[in-house]
Amino acid sequence: MNDELRRITRDGLWANNIVFSQMIGLCPLLAVTGTATNGLGMGLATACVMVMCSAAVSYGRRLIPAEIRIPIFVVLIAVIVTLVDMMMNAWLHEMHKVLGLFIPLIVTNCAILGRVEAYASRQPVLPATMDGLMMGLGFALALVVLGAAREVLGAGTLFANASLLMGESFTWLETVVLRDYRGFLLMTLPPGGFLMLGFILAGKKMLDRRLARRKESPALALARSAMKST
Amino acid sequence: MSSVNLESLRDFASSRWQSLRRHFDDLDALRQRLDYQTYILAAAALAASLLLGFADLATRGSIARRQSEDMQATLSQVVPSHLRDNDLLSDVRRIVDETGETRVYVARKQGNATAIAFEFSARGGYSGPIRLMMGVGRDGSILGVRVIAHAETPGLGDKIEEAKSSWIRAFEGHSLDNTPEERWRVKKDGGDFDQFAGATITPRAVVRGVEAGLQFLRRHQSELLVPAQTGETSP
Repeated sequence: MNDELRRITRDGLWANNIVFSQMIGLCPLLAVTGTATNGLGMGLATACVMVMCSAAVSYGRRLIPAEIRIPIFVVLIAVIVTLVDMMMNAWLHEMHKVLGLFIPLIVTNCAILGRVEAYASRQPVLPATMDGLMMGLGFALALVVLGAAREVLGAGTLFANASLLMGESFTWLETVVLRDYRGFLLMTLPPGGFLMLGFILAGKKMLDRRLARRKESPALALARSAMKST
Repeated sequence: MSSVNLESLRDFASSRWQSLRRHFDDLDALRQRLDYQTYILAAAALAASLLLGFADLATRGSIARRQSEDMQATLSQVVPSHLRDNDLLSDVRRIVDETGETRVYVARKQGNATAIAFEFSARGGYSGPIRLMMGVGRDGSILGVRVIAHAETPGLGDKIEEAKSSWIRAFEGHSLDNTPEERWRVKKDGGDFDQFAGATITPRAVVRGVEAGLQFLRRHQSELLVPAQTGETSP
């Protein structure tokens, strides 16, 4: 069981990351990652919804016939997103003012339906919840990385206005990376999202290939590094 | 008497529960039946509607309260507290003209109108209208402007929000009298107001919108700044 949970964690965060490997859920991704703060907010909200959807589907999986599972999943996801939206508006109003724009967008994220269909509908509650959590966190990670890269290049700041999202105690997150930077508009606009996603995907492929090569022949890599150092 | 009743009730409930269990013990067979699929879909839809209905009932009051608090907070930012002793939200007038209906909040001190605040839209922004709230004093000069809602580019155009930059405060003190028409522009166009590095469209739209707001007010001033009359306040 522990091995399974470890595998779920690795899959969600890196090996089978929703954005970097499965490449789904890109619509909300590109829309909100102008800044790292927005990416973080959207990522966490999506992760919450994913955990709830995966747990609920897994809990009721024996009741749901295969023929009508898709409409049931869609209704369930829409209900959970709407509930989160309403409750946040009523009881976490300050956060809702910042995130409110993004929450209805979560419904359009096919990654949630994808995980529910591929994993939660066939697994017990604990692994399914864990899968929802890890896939959600992996999505949040992708959003933050993409948002941070675009923000630094586009505006020269990092986590600007994080205190509006998470409260005054997070003011330390707000940093100015490049002083007197005039800004690079393209990166803040949607095309910058596509470009940056392309660069990040290429970087991850390169890293994965290098890791795989090292795993294949540790002796060879050792020899090569030894030769380099002499 | 009551104990007998309770026991028979318990017997009845447990017998119903047993028969229900028998049906659900063989879920695999049950799932194949066509009518089961219909029922479960209907049940899911019913449960979803009930859940949303109850959640709406539970949150509606709270959401309305939060929104009126937001409105109150914005109003108190655009009309300084020394100019009012009334509840602005309870003193609303509606002006209908070719641009639609505008809600105007009248600030009073000891019954005399001292300032008004109203909501309006600036067009020509980067994406969609920008909703603004403006407070104007008796002399026609701006007491304060705040952005209520907008969809401008995060990190660029959103510096019009007071939380992110003090740019919006530059309007305070300006009026149609002390700022001639050709100065109601961003500096790049030869006017009085700064633009942002890399973003001119958003500030340009806001400056133009604020000027249009003042002109709207000038057209309707005579209807607005009159002393309070009893029974005039609308809910």
